[in-house]
Amino acid sequence: MLVRRNLIFVLMSLEVMLNAAGLAFVVAGARWHQADGQVVFLFILAMAGAEVAVGLALVRQIYARFRSLDADALSEMRG
Amino acid sequence: MQLAFYIAGAVAVIATLLMLTRVNVVHALLYLIVSLLAVAVVFYTLGAPFVAALEVIVYAGAIMVLFVFVVMMLNLGEHGVELEKHWLTPGIWTGPVLLASILIIQVFYLVRGGTAGLATGVVEPKEVGIALFGPYLIGVELASILLLAGLVGAYHLGFRKAEKPEIQYGRYTAERRAAASGDPVLARTDQLARTP
Amino acid sequence: MIGFLWLIVALPFASALVLAVFGSRFSRSATAAVGVGSIGLSALITILVAVSFFSFPPSGNSYTQVLWTWINVAGFEPQIGFYLDALSLVMVLVVTFVGFLIHIYSAEFMIEDEGYSRFFAYMNLFVASMITLLLANNLLLLYLGWEGVGLCSYLLIGFWYRDPANGRAARKAFIVTRVGDTAMSLGLFLLFTQLGTLQIQDLMQRASEHWQTGSIYAVIAALLLLGGAVGKSAQLPLQVWLPDAMAGPTPTSALIHAATMVTAGVYLIARTHELFALAPAAQFAVTIVGAGTSLLAGFSALTQHDIKRVLAYSTVSQIGYMFLALGVGAWQAAIFHFMTHAFFKALLFLGAGVIINALHDEHSIFRMGGLRKELPVAFWTFLIAGCSLAGLPFITAGFFSKDLIIWAALSAERGHPGLWIAGMVGALLTSLYIFRVIFRVFFGPLATPVTKRPGYAMTVPLLVLAFLSIVGGYLKQPLLDFLRSVLPPTMEAPTGALTETHSETIAVLTVLIGIYFAYLFHLQKRSLAEAMVANPVGRTLHQWWFAGWGFDWIYDKAFVQPFTWAAEINKSDFIDGFYTGIARLSEFFYRALSETQTGRIRWYTFGVAAGSVVFIVVVLLS
Repeated sequence: MLVRRNLIFVLMSLEVMLNAAGLAFVVAGARWHQADGQVVFLFILAMAGAEVAVGLALVRQIYARFRSLDADALSEMRG
Repeated sequence: MQLAFYIAGAVAVIATLLMLTRVNVVHALLYLIVSLLAVAVVFYTLGAPFVAALEVIVYAGAIMVLFVFVVMMLNLGEHGVELEKHWLTPGIWTGPVLLASILIIQVFYLVRGGTAGLATGVVEPKEVGIALFGPYLIGVELASILLLAGLVGAYHLGFRKAEKPEIQYGRYTAERRAAASGDPVLARTDQLARTP
Repeated sequence: MIGFLWLIVALPFASALVLAVFGSRFSRSATAAVGVGSIGLSALITILVAVSFFSFPPSGNSYTQVLWTWINVAGFEPQIGFYLDALSLVMVLVVTFVGFLIHIYSAEFMIEDEGYSRFFAYMNLFVASMITLLLANNLLLLYLGWEGVGLCSYLLIGFWYRDPANGRAARKAFIVTRVGDTAMSLGLFLLFTQLGTLQIQDLMQRASEHWQTGSIYAVIAALLLLGGAVGKSAQLPLQVWLPDAMAGPTPTSALIHAATMVTAGVYLIARTHELFALAPAAQFAVTIVGAGTSLLAGFSALTQHDIKRVLAYSTVSQIGYMFLALGVGAWQAAIFHFMTHAFFKALLFLGAGVIINALHDEHSIFRMGGLRKELPVAFWTFLIAGCSLAGLPFITAGFFSKDLIIWAALSAERGHPGLWIAGMVGALLTSLYIFRVIFRVFFGPLATPVTKRPGYAMTVPLLVLAFLSIVGGYLKQPLLDFLRSVLPPTMEAPTGALTETHSETIAVLTVLIGIYFAYLFHLQKRSLAEAMVANPVGRTLHQWWFAGWGFDWIYDKAFVQPFTWAAEINKSDFIDGFYTGIARLSEFFYRALSETQTGRIRWYTFGVAAGSVVFIVVVLLS
């Protein structure tokens, strides 16, 4: 996420991270042979969905205003 | 079973790495989908068929499709590829790789010593459902509220209103920044994007 | 009756306070009533006190009134106490009476000025401080009055503050007298640490008990007090401030810089005369200072063209005479000359004020002329005062006092023929310069027309002072006898063939020679005066004497310029550097932190990642 400047890539990297966290939970749940890991993964999934929806809507707005998807272009709150 | 686990894991890691290094957004998206499917296989081998199915349906099926829709709508095209090539310099990898390697070392250090094997049994979907309706009931309700908020927010943000002065401002700033940045690729993209 | 002594001080103080706080709300006549009235009441009470003093002389010929103890610390107990004896009574009488006349004069003179109440507040404060100085029974209270008159002098010289030149003159006066004041305070420290008290009478007694004649302590203490007197009385080497002090209003010049403040030095030395008697070296220094100053100022007065500057140098010269008298031990003569000088010098200044006012602020004598018919009162009073200053025989007071001093310069035990000759030369110069002014201003063709004539408030004081300038001389014997109770008589030494009458005759001759030459150069054949100035030697001398013998130039090069240079260099000194360094350090950190706020998401994420790495490492290692 730190490397790519395109906002889409940033969001994709975010998804990967969430997925990885969910994977860890599920593995833990399978280790102890309990359902809790999968439950938590479900919650993560729900959260990821909401976040992607809002995030992509934001990306569309940004593109409409700034005409670019450069994460570094969105640096008006500086100094 | 163990073999499937290792192969699927390898596929997931490789697909993610490839995703990170693509210059074309759509290619990267496709690689991501592959990665997610591989992770689903990993879940199945771990004895969690319910989440495996969920991963495929929700994550790869809905969220990634959303990504693809938006990317297609943005219509970046050739200049998007050029931009990405321009931005993705080799030197840019050093810092994050350093941080990531430190984190990996920490994770390995933290999880050392566990020797339990795999294949300890399957956690049935029925168990997951009972857990959801039992102790995790509140979580379910909260997740639904979260989804509602996400829905409302996405709807509102997706609203393209009529031309407002703010947009004019934004356009001016972006135009000035793009032209003054000395970045020919960015300026060209900006210019292209403006022509209807 | 004598118990009203404290009112003489308190009334002017109170009126100064009232005028300072409420003065702007008073009308002109109310301000004048308060300002002049307080001094008038003071003068009246002084007369009553004097009557009481004469009719019922108090024991020991002195009366002390203590109001309260000022400070009480470890055996140091100066009081607010007033000490009245013959010396202080004479001086207070002169100060209040002449001050009263000058206040009446200035009620009309300053009538058009917008700082009317401020002027009277300052003048009243001055009179109050001066009387405190004169009546003080201990040196610390005297020093308080000393500083007070210095302050009022500064305030009044720079009265018309809108002109920066006046401010400069005021600062110059203050700083130069400050040098003298510092010397005086060092003298006070020495006296207190050695003798344990600052009460004047006790001090004098202990000094004669503890110190031999010629003791080093006495000499140093006396020299330091002389330093203070020199500063305040504008003698060598601190005489540079008085000519520039003429930038103030004429009544100020009359009161402060002619009649009263500049005589504070004379009073100080007379008051501590026992100390000076113990230090012959210091007393000799007084003599040299007096003689030198009177000659120096006399030459300078001869070249000035501003009428007030002539009078200023004349004041310096006449106080030189008083110092000369003090130096040779002729104490009463000095005080007598102080009294007559107060009368005629104040009169000269007030007359000059009338002329300046009448000619619409014209100061140069070369642009005046023929005012004899236009301003008759001013002419006659100025003439009387001028004759008194020169010392015209028998009919003027100045003759009696000045000749007494010149005779004492020869006949006193500490006198010397050289001093006598210096006194004679000074007399010659005096009559030369004052008659130069008189002939230039009042005779000859009318140069500048008269636009304003003085009213009663300005003419009556002139007449009173003229009267006193004539009859004051007849007070000589009673005054000298009166002062004998306080000041020891002059020790006389045989002078050979020369008697007092001889000395007086020679003095009269010098005066007449002076008048004749003044007449010649400045009335009959004015071209001669111009020729003398055009001559290269004459011109050099003229310029040198005009610039006060170059003292201003020397002080500027030696003190003022190095000081201002050092101040310029020190503007950014290391202490400043320390504080600006702190500011710059903060600014540096501010900018550094500001750089980290790039507004870029990737940068912030990087921060989060790095922070979490550090955090985990810390947790792992602990």
